[in-house]
This record gives sequence, C-alpha cells and structure tokens, in this order.
Amino acid sequence: MVKKSAERIYLGLIFLFLYLPIAVLIVLSFNNSKSKVHWGGFTLKWYQKMVSSPTIMEAFWTTIIISLASALIATLLGTMAALGIDAMKKRNQAIMLGATNIPMLNADIVTGISMMLLFVRFTRLGMSTVLIAHITFNIPYVILNVLPRLRQTSRNTYEAALDLGATPMYAFFKIIWPQILPGVLSGFLMAMTMSLDDFSITYFTKGAGINTLSTMIYTNMRKGINPEMYALSTVLFTVALILLLLMNFGPSARKEKRA
Amino acid sequence: MSKKLIDLQHITKSYDGQMVLDDLNLYIRENEFLTLLGPSGCGKTTTLRLIGGFESPDNGKVIFDGKDITGLAPNERQLNTVFQRYALFPHMTIAENIAFGLKIKKKSKAYINDKIKYALKLVNLDGFEKRSVDSLSGGQQQRIAIARAIVNEPKVLLLDEPLGALDLKLRQDMQYELIRLKNELGITFIYVTHDQEEALTMSDTIVVMNQGYIQQIGTPEDIYNEPCNAFVADFIGESNIIDGIMQKDKLVKILDVTLPCVDEGFGTNTPVDVVIRPEDVELVAPEQGSFNGEVISLIFKGVHWEIEVLANGYEWLVHTTQMHPVGSKVGIRIDPFNIQIMNKPESSDEKAVELDA
Repeated sequence: MVKKSAERIYLGLIFLFLYLPIAVLIVLSFNNSKSKVHWGGFTLKWYQKMVSSPTIMEAFWTTIIISLASALIATLLGTMAALGIDAMKKRNQAIMLGATNIPMLNADIVTGISMMLLFVRFTRLGMSTVLIAHITFNIPYVILNVLPRLRQTSRNTYEAALDLGATPMYAFFKIIWPQILPGVLSGFLMAMTMSLDDFSITYFTKGAGINTLSTMIYTNMRKGINPEMYALSTVLFTVALILLLLMNFGPSARKEKRA
Repeated sequence: MSKKLIDLQHITKSYDGQMVLDDLNLYIRENEFLTLLGPSGCGKTTTLRLIGGFESPDNGKVIFDGKDITGLAPNERQLNTVFQRYALFPHMTIAENIAFGLKIKKKSKAYINDKIKYALKLVNLDGFEKRSVDSLSGGQQQRIAIARAIVNEPKVLLLDEPLGALDLKLRQDMQYELIRLKNELGITFIYVTHDQEEALTMSDTIVVMNQGYIQQIGTPEDIYNEPCNAFVADFIGESNIIDGIMQKDKLVKILDVTLPCVDEGFGTNTPVDVVIRPEDVELVAPEQGSFNGEVISLIFKGVHWEIEVLANGYEWLVHTTQMHPVGSKVGIRIDPFNIQIMNKPESSDEKAVELDA
C-alpha cells in the first residue's frame, strides 16, 4: 500500500516538473494583467495582439514555409538515402549510418557555426541558407524512420513482384512504397517538428532581415518579455503537441498495432 | 522422353571471390519434377535464382525453350517462383495478390476473376478472396503463393524450399498437394530442398549437389539404391559406409571378412567404399551370419528400432522391427544385392567434399 502511494507521488512529481512550467505559460497567455504573479481575469487580447503584429506574422509564415519545405525535401532525399543504404553490404551500411548519425549528435551550436562559416564563403545568408541548413539536419531523422520499415519489408516481396512480370519501377511503387509509407510519413512529421523547434542553427545561418518564430522570440526577449510571447509560445507548443499526437496515433502507429 | 526445356551450360558463379557454382551443366525436361538437393551452401538456391533471373552467371548460358535468356530480366521470363518465405504482399488482399501478375499483363476483369476462383479452388482455399495475408496460417500462405504463381500459366514453376517453414505434418500434406498440382497443371517443377525425404517423395529426377558441384543425377530409386559416392550415400538417408577391398569381380572384403556381392568392373584388389543401408542389415542368431557382434544401443523410432551393433571393430547402424536388448549377442548377415560398391574419391578435391559433409 505504502509502496503504491509512493509510486504515485513520485510519478506525480515527475509530471509536475515536466508540465507545470508549460501550464504556467499557457495560463499567463490568457491573463488580463501584465503581471507575472497576479491573475487579472481571462482575455484573448494577447492573441489578438500577436496576430496583428507584422513582425510576429512574418516570422510565423517564414517558419511555416521553412519547416514545410525543408521537411518535404529532406523526406525525399532521406527516403532515397535509406533505399540506398538498405541495398548496401553490412559493412558499408554501418559506415553510412555512422556518418548520418554524427550530425544528429553534434551540438547544434557547432553545426550552426560551421554552416555559417561555409555559407558566407559562397553566398549571402538568408532564407535559402536557413532552408539548406534545415534540410541537412532533417535528413538523418527521415533515414532513421524509413530504414527500419525497409528492413521489415522482405526483399522477397520485391523479387516476387519482378517474378510476376513487374518492371523495377512498378514493383517499387506497388510493393515497396506502400509498405514503407508509414515510416516516410513519420519521418516527415519528425523533420517538421525538428525544423519548427530549431533555434541555434537557424540563428547562425539566417543573416539579418529574416526571422523564424524561435529567433524572433529570442530577439524580443532582449527588449523585455511581453505577454504576446506567451501566446505565441502556447501556439508553438500546441502545434508540436499535435505533430506528436499524429506521429504516435497517426497512420504509422495504427499499422504497428496490426502487425 | 520429352524435350529439354531448360539447359544450363557451363555455368560459373562466385560471390566476393567465393566460388559457388563451378562449370555446372544441367538440363531439365518438359513436364519433369526435378529437385535440386543438397546441404546449405551447396549452390542449389543460386542455381534456381539463375534460372529465375535474379542472379546472372559469371560465365555460361541459360537456355530456355531453345532461346538464350542469360541476359533477360526476371520480369521478362516465362517462369514463376514460389519463395521460401512466401513473399505475399502484406498490404493487399488474397485476391489482389493473385491478380498481381494478371493485371500487369492487362487481362480483362472477368478473366482475372475467373482465374482467381480457379486458382483458389486448385489450392483448396475457395472463398478466401477478401481475406488479408496475416489472417492466414503458414500453410495457407504458401498455397496462396503457389496460386499467385500458377495463374500466370508459367511453363516452369520454381520452388525455393517452399515447405521449409512449415511443421512436419503440414509439410507431408503439402508434398502430396504439390504432386497433385503438378499432375493437374502439367507444367515443369524445379524444386530446391535440403530435405532428402521431400526429394525422394516428390521428384522424377533428383540432382544431388555439394559445394557447387553436381554429385549425382538420377531417379529417387537410383539415388537411394545406387549412390555414386560416399557423400550421396550419407546425405540420402543413413548408411553404413565401410572401407573395403574389391578382391575381384563379385567379391569384396570388409572388416577382414570376404563377402559375395553383385558389382563388377572395379579390377582386382582395389580399395573401395562399401555402402550398406541400415534396413539391409539382417540380425540373426550368433554364428549364423558373416559377422558376430553385440548390441550396444537401442532406440525406439516408432516404425522400427534403431540398433547399434559392435562387430569386427565397426559400429553397425541397423533398422529392424525386431527388438534386441542391449548386451545381447547377434550375428549380422547381408544379402549380396544390398551391398553397394563405390569408387574411392581420387583427387584431394573430391575428398574435401566428403570430409565437409
């Protein structure tokens, strides 16, 4: 009995530490007072202010475009890379996987600085450099989502399709593609989350003049924090939550349960 | 005899410098049930994949119905394969699986539906059209894989250890099923297995392979009764393989006893391998046979007893329906017809082949 309640309390504490800060943020975003400690009644005015602010809306659209475009391109490249890696011999596979994993484990700030150094040598920093940077760090996440799917897909089914008269192209789109699609989708969603979420790499590769939401919040914070930022952060959190739910309960998760 | 449908000529194949097939020559007749039999790594699956077009030979030609198809892709060959792990398409229904090949050939809907019905009936799975692949048992999946292949009316059906993943009872049922299918369809079957019983039950012709070489080609009876070397004798069923000296025609000396036999043409005083099948060793009262020995082990196998008898320094393996308790003295008698004489391997290469087995 004691053990059971101790377990509950411990678990409760963990969740409290994890989610209390976010809960406070969300509550404050609806607070009619500018104070961080007094509740001045419910309001949506911070959300209105947020929507009517050109800086915030510009950063919002930049973020959407970059995360969507980078996730799409990374999904395409990452899926092709996974196909290639899957066809390699064991030893080369290990080398390739190691090579793709290093950028993922590398500190974002190091990746950010090194990319900036490379980009300024060839071009001006701006939207395109941010996009290239995001595509680069997104590719490994796609590979990691697609490769396990490919490994589950028996090579035999592809050969069986050829055996039944399918051309390699037809066999790929009719047989392999439907089987790896859940992995491709979850790779896409994960890439999008990573891109939405990124601060360090964006900060170093964006140059002057453009902002994503995360760099814009950071810039504003230096002038002093205001409640529109709470509203914006709440929106960002909600979007991340939705993507997470999609990843866990979306098409790929359902497939998993059936298998 | 009917004409040669497939002819493999001087086929050589190696992976990463490892020789898998070395100058393999083999032909398959129309309507034949031919089995490639051998231990794993003997090259049997590679041979099948060469015929299917999934591998291409380093050297040599694959001739199909008089035409050279060595360079042809799998989707351009008039044969279909049943894979070891069924390889059904998991995201399609049974009907869609069976229709796959026909849709590619742009057959009409009515034709395809008829074919699906016919194929399912043939493999005793009527009414399974709408079922999903993972709702089927292993045996059912295997039958669907066969149905999916035969609706395309191939001239040859390639089967790569199709029963390997099934349990014993199901495997035996499927063996009879396959023989029935072969007779109803009248097409050529090329079957790969490492299971000698499967090969003996189903085949018209067995090709015994080891380490990339064909050891013997023959009917099941030939292969079992007249194995041409110790590897084949050992691989096809259990045997007593004893060093012997062929003293002259029809007279062989084993374990210091000279026995009459029926083989001729080995010369005089030639060292040979002598094969005697365990069911051909007769146990009689002591002093009434050619050898005297003592029973050293006894195992009940259901249909027969498996007995080991120590006689003249050799442990004889005996299958008999008569029980002889451990420690009892027995005599051993062998009918001259049941003594099979084989040449000793001549080259060290051939010897290596044996030791490996």
